[in-house]
Amino acid sequence: MSRWISLTAIVLLGWGGIPTVASAQERMEDTTARKMPLKVWGAQFEEFEYRYSDDDEELGTWSGDVFYGTDDLKLRWLTTGEYAIDEQAYEKLENQLVGQVPISDFFDAKAGVRFDTPEGPDRTYAVVGISGLAPQWVEIDASLYVSEKGDASAELDAEYELLLTNRLILAAALDATVAFSEDREIGVGKGLVSTETGLRLSYDLIDRSFSPYIGVVHERTYGDSEDFVRAAGGDAESWFAVVGARLSF
Amino acid sequence: MKTAFLAGALSLLLPTMGVAGEYNLTVDRVEIDTGDFVKTGIGYNGASPGPVLRFKEGENVSINVTNNLDEMTSIHWHGLILPFEQDGVPGISFPGIKPGETFTYNFPITQSGTYWFHSHSGFQEPDGAYGAIVIEPEGREPFRYDREYVVQLTDKHPHSGDRIMRNLKMMPDYYNREQQTVGEFFSDVSDQGFMTTVKDRLAWGGMRMMKADVEDLQGFTGLINGKGPEQNWTGLFQPGERIRLRFINSSAMTYFDVRIPGLDMTVVQADGNNVQPVSVDEFRIGVAETYDVIVRPRDEKAYTIFAESMGRSGYARATLAPKEGMEAAVPKLRDPARLTMADMGGMHGMDHGDMAGMDHSTMGEMDHSDMKDMDHSGMKGMDHSGMKGMDHSAMGHGSEMTAGGASDPFYAEGSGLIPTAANGGKFLSYADLKAQKPLYEEREATREIELRLTGNMERYTWSINGVKYEDADPIRLQYGERVRFKFVNETMMTHPMHLHGMWSMLDVGAGQLNPVKHTISVQPGTTVYMETEVDEPGQWAFHCHLSYHAAAGMFRKVIVEGGPESTQAAEGDVGQAGGEA
Repeated sequence: MSRWISLTAIVLLGWGGIPTVASAQERMEDTTARKMPLKVWGAQFEEFEYRYSDDDEELGTWSGDVFYGTDDLKLRWLTTGEYAIDEQAYEKLENQLVGQVPISDFFDAKAGVRFDTPEGPDRTYAVVGISGLAPQWVEIDASLYVSEKGDASAELDAEYELLLTNRLILAAALDATVAFSEDREIGVGKGLVSTETGLRLSYDLIDRSFSPYIGVVHERTYGDSEDFVRAAGGDAESWFAVVGARLSF
Repeated sequence: MKTAFLAGALSLLLPTMGVAGEYNLTVDRVEIDTGDFVKTGIGYNGASPGPVLRFKEGENVSINVTNNLDEMTSIHWHGLILPFEQDGVPGISFPGIKPGETFTYNFPITQSGTYWFHSHSGFQEPDGAYGAIVIEPEGREPFRYDREYVVQLTDKHPHSGDRIMRNLKMMPDYYNREQQTVGEFFSDVSDQGFMTTVKDRLAWGGMRMMKADVEDLQGFTGLINGKGPEQNWTGLFQPGERIRLRFINSSAMTYFDVRIPGLDMTVVQADGNNVQPVSVDEFRIGVAETYDVIVRPRDEKAYTIFAESMGRSGYARATLAPKEGMEAAVPKLRDPARLTMADMGGMHGMDHGDMAGMDHSTMGEMDHSDMKDMDHSGMKGMDHSGMKGMDHSAMGHGSEMTAGGASDPFYAEGSGLIPTAANGGKFLSYADLKAQKPLYEEREATREIELRLTGNMERYTWSINGVKYEDADPIRLQYGERVRFKFVNETMMTHPMHLHGMWSMLDVGAGQLNPVKHTISVQPGTTVYMETEVDEPGQWAFHCHLSYHAAAGMFRKVIVEGGPESTQAAEGDVGQAGGEA
């Protein structure tokens, strides 16, 4: 009984904003940066390269991201583009803005919007996805998109790095897109839309900030998407020799 | 106002004023030249490292610290027992020292030995804000020497502390250039066979952990007293003299294995406190630890002090010589260290397939309760009395043994980190450390506090009991109690745990003669105990001394409730409640 009374008294005192009985000594609160969530930013270009195709097509392409945030919440801007040098036009230009939160030791969930503004029709998508490190060191990025027209699609990105030495690295990357409905205007047919497979040999020249590489990339479209590309006079399949650099700031 | 309060508190604490020594330190932007690179950093009195502060036991020191930086600073007197307002941790002991301000520290010197001081603000310490403290004892020391040198080690990196933290958060292996390569795969295949090697890689890959994860920060130049290997700091001697070398590891992140080829080293002090002399060929000095050793070179020749980093990614080098300019051979670095499954603690022996989906929180809960029943029979020859608490989780599972079957009760059995002396001789173990004299009367600890050292390497988050400092409540201790701290390292990295303000008596099984330390290394997959007589009121920092682990959250505030300063009877009640809990 008396225990309850004293407990109530303590609670009331605490709620009353009266300094707790225990802290007779002057005790400061730690309000230094150490007590605050650590805020971190970073910018990386996984790919920043020049591509030359088996069809003499020349492209400038990139894939990168910039983030800012804490362990619990990060804001990330992802940008991908393909610029056709002869046509002076963006074949592909995608920007995503996502919020990212940890959901397990190795994976984050993310949600946000994606804006596609290439040459031709634009699209806006809502995005949800996960990104993280799968067992055996495979980096995974999987996203689900729904466009403003109601078309849904999914994209899977996987990357594995093989350390030939601690600076000479062979990176294998696979990117596959699947559409759950047709969006003919942008050349997307239902089913497997396209894959991009790349093999890049890089050398860490300055820390991990500047790693020039050479590589080979294979792009292919499938099914109805392939027919749309052919109908538009494009190539359904291309091989590229690439030269570029991985950048990180 | 604040000064008046401090002076008041101080006069209460120091009823008898002894000799007063006045010291001046300025905190400055300085240029640091390692021989490999030049960078700007932070130093004291215009240099990094700062001066060696020489105090006398029994004196009252008054240290004026002038901040010439354009940011806040602070100085923490590492290992010194002093009133908490003088301890120099912003946000815990005092607000910090503003740009342009001079802050005067006043405290009595109640101990002797080798210590150091450093900034406790941001990453100023890794950026160069550190120096040595040598305290001359009042009485005679139980060993003799003819001359002495401070040998202060650090791991100077070309990047600033802020940049390093950001890079580690962005890519935890940013600085790791000792990772396993295709070449190592094939050499392992030739040593151990194809299937064994593949299984090994799959097991580690399944955990998404790296055997090479020994040093977060590589690419540094090891410095001794501010000099890089090429600049070769040299201490002179006359053949036959006894030289006392006061080793201090002021590194941000690096453990060093220290040896002087051709010389026996007699360890006489650890963390400023006398230990029963141990003769060794090599010793490992954890971040923030100090060891005093005595060497006696008899020949008219030079000797190399070689301090190799634990992961073998770098080294510091200096010379002892009869004449300036003489030098001895510099040994080559040994092969990079590799963790074993033993270092993964309780994780070994589990089905790796299932581990993929597991998160660390579950692992924490697994605890090592199962392990306590484990058979210690394999440990013959070791002092069992000291093993009480060491429930080496991995023990018995150790399928991988280090070369030569080296063992040390303070490493997991079969750990890849167990050190061996380069010359095959004696390597110092914590188990060898016995206090010269007991500091306190022996008594049972009044309670035990378990601190699990936790983290997530891929996210570079570090915590205690799974909680980062930003989310943590203080640890509350009661004045007058004796607390037994149980460290359970659930990560695969070594953590040098440092409690401010009160001594850490490391349980090596020597009872009253357990060594008295301020920093205790806890190796991966091990449980280590230390006891603390809670005899200093106030609030104190308690953290991993690896700069980037502390900053990522492996840090706690400790509040000592009650004590001479408190007049509130209510504190006793709270204390009992805490004790029962």
